Order: sequence, then C-alpha cells, then structure tokens
Amino acid sequence: MSINMPSLRVMAFATVAVLGLAFALVFFYAPNDADQGFIQKIFYVHVPIAICALIGFIVAAFHSIRHLRTGDPIHDVRSYVSIHMGVIFGTAALLTGSIWARAAWGKWWVWEEPTLVSFLIVFLLYATYYPLRYSIEDRERQARYASVFAITAGAFVPLNFIAVRLAESLVHPRVFATADGGLPPEMMLTFFVSLAGMALLFVTLVRFELAAKMTSAQISRLRRALDSEAPAASASRIAPAVPADQTA
Amino acid sequence: MPALPIDEAGKYVAGAYVVFLVLILIYVAIMAAKLERMRSDLTELADIAETSKEARTDG
Repeated sequence: MSINMPSLRVMAFATVAVLGLAFALVFFYAPNDADQGFIQKIFYVHVPIAICALIGFIVAAFHSIRHLRTGDPIHDVRSYVSIHMGVIFGTAALLTGSIWARAAWGKWWVWEEPTLVSFLIVFLLYATYYPLRYSIEDRERQARYASVFAITAGAFVPLNFIAVRLAESLVHPRVFATADGGLPPEMMLTFFVSLAGMALLFVTLVRFELAAKMTSAQISRLRRALDSEAPAASASRIAPAVPADQTA
Repeated sequence: MPALPIDEAGKYVAGAYVVFLVLILIYVAIMAAKLERMRSDLTELADIAETSKEARTDG
C-alpha cells in the first residue's frame, strides 16, 4: 500500500465533510427515539466507533496472517497500527457507552449485560498486545509473536458478536433485525452516514500513522547513512520495524 | 425505560460527543509532537549533511 500525502489530504477533508454531515443529521434530521428520547443521539457516535474498533481488530488479524505467510515487516506495521487505532476507538466506545448507560440505566456499568462485558474482554485482550511487544527485545521474534497474538485475539471478535446475539439478557438495545423491525428510515440513514464518517476517520488515522512511521523509518535510514556512528536508539524497540525501502 | 427530559439528557449527549472529540484531539496532539520531533531530526540531519559536504569541499 502506497501512502501518499495528497490522498491522505483528500481523505482528511472527506472525513471532516462526512462527519460534519453525520452530526448535522443527528441533531437536525433524525427524530428523537420514542422510547429513549434525546439520549438515543449517543447511539450515532457510540455504535459506529465500536464497529470500527472491532473491524480494526479483524483487519489487524488479516495483516498478521499476511505477515506470517510472507515475512514482510510492512504487514506487521499495518497490523500494529490497526490494533493501535482499534484500542483508541475501543476506549471511546467504552466511555461513550458508559455515558449512555448512566443516562439510560442510572449506572455507569452493568456487569450482567453480555454486550458490555464481552466488548470489555476483547478490549482488555488487545490492551495486553503492547506489554507483549514491549517484553520481547528481538525485532523478528517480536513481530512474529505479535502476529500470532493478533490472529488469536482476532478470533475472539466474531465470537463477541455471536455471544451478544445468543445472550438471553437483552438490556442493551438491538438495532438491526429486531422483532420490531429495527430503525425507521431517517434514523437508519443517519446511522449509516455516521458509520461512513467514523470508518473514514479510522482509515484516515491509520494511514496518517503509517505515513508517520514510514517517515520516521526514512529519517533513521538517513541518519545511519550520514553518520555511521549514530546510535541506533533513534529506532524504538517498542514500535515495529518499518522496512526502509517502503516509501511513505 | 422512561425517556429523560431533554435538559437532563442533553448533558449526557454533550458529554458523549465531547469525550469523542477530546480523544481525537489528544491523539492529534500526540501525533503533532511526534511530527515536531521528526522535523527537528530532519533539521539536524540537514546540518550534518551540509557540514560533511563543506568538509569534503575544503579537503
């Protein structure tokens, strides 16, 4: 994947435009929910964030499979960045979900609710990805172990969806494929525009971080070329090794 | 589930959207700091390159 700045710029503008449109639809077009009232507006930011986080984890597993198959470090970097962004979005999903729970249920957290607990388990699982990476000195072994972890943890993401659907406790609202017929068209449109905006934000931030990592790798390469005695400390042992021949 | 009155619900809705924006801003601030460090690294490398070029010309 070539990461060039003009396309990143276009994506950034598209993200701002679509998210702006989404927020306008949320507050000026979508009707208030008959049951929940105004607090249902949180749904348009909380659910797309959670979906993007979970898809980010699956994308990371996909890149990890490619890394193990090809040995190309670029796939490890992509997996790392996808997980990184997934954890950030996961944090946002947990916080916005907690705020919604406080408004709707009067509690910040409900341990009996499988949707919340299974998402928390997946989130905490991915939070252990960083200590795993940090604890391994050797770059190649670090990348290999991280890939195995990302694939194993990625298997929990679909299980999370299945567990939620199979769960009997249905305190957490269901949106699609409910017996009541799901969302009305105005809400559905608003939701999908919000989802598109959040997905664009996710992809833009992933590409932005990849571009930064590539640039950092090029700087390290330039430093080595200019000063052979320069310490290798400029390359973090935490971050994945970025192949020097990959252009930013 | 009875709906909250709009003035009370508004606090929670605003809180959720503000949390989202704050997280994005924190991320952007961290990335800005990283980019600033890269910029200073590049300036340093440009100085080293110029110095070594001058040394070669003088030698």
